[in-house]
Amino acid sequence: MILGLTRSWSLAGYSIAAVIILPLIALIVQAAFPDEAVFSHLFDTVLPTYIANSLLLMLLVAMGSLLIAVPAAWFVARCEFPGRRYFQWLLLLPLAMPAYIVAYVYTDMLDYAGPVQRALRAAFQWSSPHDYYFPAIRSLGGAAIMLSLVLFPYIYLLARTAFMEQSSSLLHASRIMGCSPWRSFWRLALPMSRPALAVGVALVAMETAADYATVSYFAVPTLTTAVYDTWLGYGSLTAAAKLSAIMLLVIFTLVGFERFARRKQELFQKQSALNDSDRYCLIGFKALGAWFYCSTLLFLAFLLPFIVLTGYAIEYFEQSWDERFWQYSWNSLYIAVVVSGICLLLALILMFVRRVSPRTTDSLPSRLSSTGYALPGTVLAIGVLVPLTYLDFAINDVYDWFGARGPGLVFTGSAIAIVFAFTVRFLAIAIGSLENSYKRISPSLDMASITMGQTPKQLLMRVHLPLLRKGLLAGALLVFIESMKELPAALLLRPIGFENLATYVFQFVSDEKLEHGALAAIVIVFVGLIPLIYLNRSLEHTS
Amino acid sequence: MSTLTIENVFSDYQGQVILNGLDLTLQQGEIVALLGPSGCGKTTLLRAIAGLQPISQGSIKINGDVLSSDNVFIPSEQRGVGMIFQDYALFPHLTVADNILFGVKGLNKAERQSRLDEMLELVKLTGLSQRYPHELSGGQQQRVSIARALAYQPQLLLLDEPFSNIDAQVRNEMMLEIRSILKQRNVSAVFVTHSKDEAFVFADKLALFKEGCIIQHGLAEELYAQPTDRYVAEFLGAGNYLPVTVNSCMEVSSPIGVLQSSASINYPVDYQGQLLLRPQQVELVADEQGLAVIVERRFLGTVCHYWVKVEEHCLEVRSQLLQLSPGQKVNLFAPAHPLVIF
Repeated sequence: MILGLTRSWSLAGYSIAAVIILPLIALIVQAAFPDEAVFSHLFDTVLPTYIANSLLLMLLVAMGSLLIAVPAAWFVARCEFPGRRYFQWLLLLPLAMPAYIVAYVYTDMLDYAGPVQRALRAAFQWSSPHDYYFPAIRSLGGAAIMLSLVLFPYIYLLARTAFMEQSSSLLHASRIMGCSPWRSFWRLALPMSRPALAVGVALVAMETAADYATVSYFAVPTLTTAVYDTWLGYGSLTAAAKLSAIMLLVIFTLVGFERFARRKQELFQKQSALNDSDRYCLIGFKALGAWFYCSTLLFLAFLLPFIVLTGYAIEYFEQSWDERFWQYSWNSLYIAVVVSGICLLLALILMFVRRVSPRTTDSLPSRLSSTGYALPGTVLAIGVLVPLTYLDFAINDVYDWFGARGPGLVFTGSAIAIVFAFTVRFLAIAIGSLENSYKRISPSLDMASITMGQTPKQLLMRVHLPLLRKGLLAGALLVFIESMKELPAALLLRPIGFENLATYVFQFVSDEKLEHGALAAIVIVFVGLIPLIYLNRSLEHTS
Repeated sequence: MSTLTIENVFSDYQGQVILNGLDLTLQQGEIVALLGPSGCGKTTLLRAIAGLQPISQGSIKINGDVLSSDNVFIPSEQRGVGMIFQDYALFPHLTVADNILFGVKGLNKAERQSRLDEMLELVKLTGLSQRYPHELSGGQQQRVSIARALAYQPQLLLLDEPFSNIDAQVRNEMMLEIRSILKQRNVSAVFVTHSKDEAFVFADKLALFKEGCIIQHGLAEELYAQPTDRYVAEFLGAGNYLPVTVNSCMEVSSPIGVLQSSASINYPVDYQGQLLLRPQQVELVADEQGLAVIVERRFLGTVCHYWVKVEEHCLEVRSQLLQLSPGQKVNLFAPAHPLVIF
């Protein structure tokens, strides 16, 4: 704490926060405007279905992910079987797989013309779709399965940690009191991990609500696709904002639920970590069963789509290794670099003010600036469009007033809109990373350096910056990766003719020819693998 | 002129009063210990002197310059005080040399080097200047922090429980060593501790804290022998209390007989009060007809501690006699000394 810290530092913090939450405010204000009948029309016709679809999808994905993830987490955390050590991190890989790519691969394989149905028809000599029943993959249920396959690692990760941190003496006690391992699981381990599972379910539901690409590809109308279509189809920003506001209601409910569950989790998980010898040693069929379960999951959620993708990439290498691939990779890269740089700088200022300011309210800017991460890409894009459109018009009006020709759409017509949206969305990551690093710097270092005559700026440059290096690097890396992967916001905000890797791949997915974009898709998958390595390493470190 | 003058300082934190009208002065070259249990405000006062904690009323001056008062607040970085922390607060990314020179300003390269050499020699770390803090032992880190705090020649040194992380075996030696460094350079210092033993070894004067106030301030011997308050007496060492009646200005009668005082008693005749007797101020004599009986014996090597019952009072007595046993009858004496009566 620096008692004499000038107000200009606080002002800098508040200014940053104001810009970062501008889209959210703009969205709410815009949603309050009366609209041109588009929204009421939607409301009378399709909107109830969209909302129902969104809620049902969230419910299905949450249940599906739970069902998949809990056994896997239990096997890995509490049992010993061949390959356990590898599955521990291998089961995180599906997180790197964008759901729309998995969806594409399975659709290709399972629809009428795909190899599975062809083989069935050949085997049973069916000749038309009327001869047999095959579940439709392009449906709400199909989307739920695809999303569960790539989102289950969130729950897996939290459940694994929860299971591992449960004191083994509790389980020993229950065994001594006559509970079988199976009963101990149901009566003890599962109830104790309920808060962790609740956090996982909330995260999965938020990701599901934010998903645009999968449901759009499967033509399942949800709130997210509705926001997108309302803006691009009807061109009504107000109606899109109204839909976004409904979405925000859902998201903030989930955020509240997640916060609540996290607080409980802290109460439940305070015991000592697990000792290696405390795992159930599975042998024979049981070991095979556990191994089979984990491998099947890994195969379906990651290996199979990855192999298919690699196959496409090799087969269509000539067509995909072209000018456009390089151009769009470059677009992704430079946007990601710019966004990481901006996020890092803003996060550093926000966190520095929060740490040294003597005014308790100065922690507010960094908290406010972290809300962007909860906003789904489509909703955020609408939120960004509202103020930027207004600004663009205002600029051109000023030119007109002076009788000059306006510069056109400075913000919405350039990559600035994307950079702004990404910054709002990913600043929370950089803030979180710095927050963690700051916790490890003893406050007496600050006091030591200011009593030795250092100004706040010198404290930042000479002490904090060198000590935060790792946190800055990690934060920048994570923001970079998320910016490379983010699709929905880029889809809505890109200027005409502008593509990055994600929008480029999604274009091929929508056009039913991912083969040509497989190379770009693999780049996205690989970039997504980097944080998993990092995450796993930090987990190993703590355990 | 006194180095540090603190007058009527108040400080509160979230509606709770932490410092409650404090006064304290410190002469040049003097080391004062702020002594008290945790949460009594001693660290708050230290931080207020360093400008790390606001005060709501009163004034703090160094060498006559106002640092904090109702309308003045000099920021920490301009106060010219040195501070030593419980965790030493060495910068982990800087070498010993860079740590020591961190606060040094306005010197050229040669002067900086000579300041560094001087400091390293002072704290006996010559040759370790290129090490990083994590490559040093706890005691060496402590010495680097001393060198760092002295290198920019502050007007006043503040020490916040600096010895609590040092092993008990080497703590005394360390304290004497640092004390001699401070004395050698005539540094004025304020030292915060909750341990009376540390305060006795390290400081010239004690300031005993209770709930945000200093209740007694003075030489250690004075506080020990002439506490003004029962709280002070008990904080500085074990004691027994016996009900006494004042007979004259030099004499009281007590359950163990008539006791003489070697200084005049400030209470009127017939005043009834509680007499403080430290365990070593009472002597034991084995006596079959004695009024007192030994209840418990604890052997401590060169001496024994006995718990002795006289009427309904139980006294702790420290004695060179080692062979008395529980149940034995004894007589108690207290040789004449300035009696402390509350």
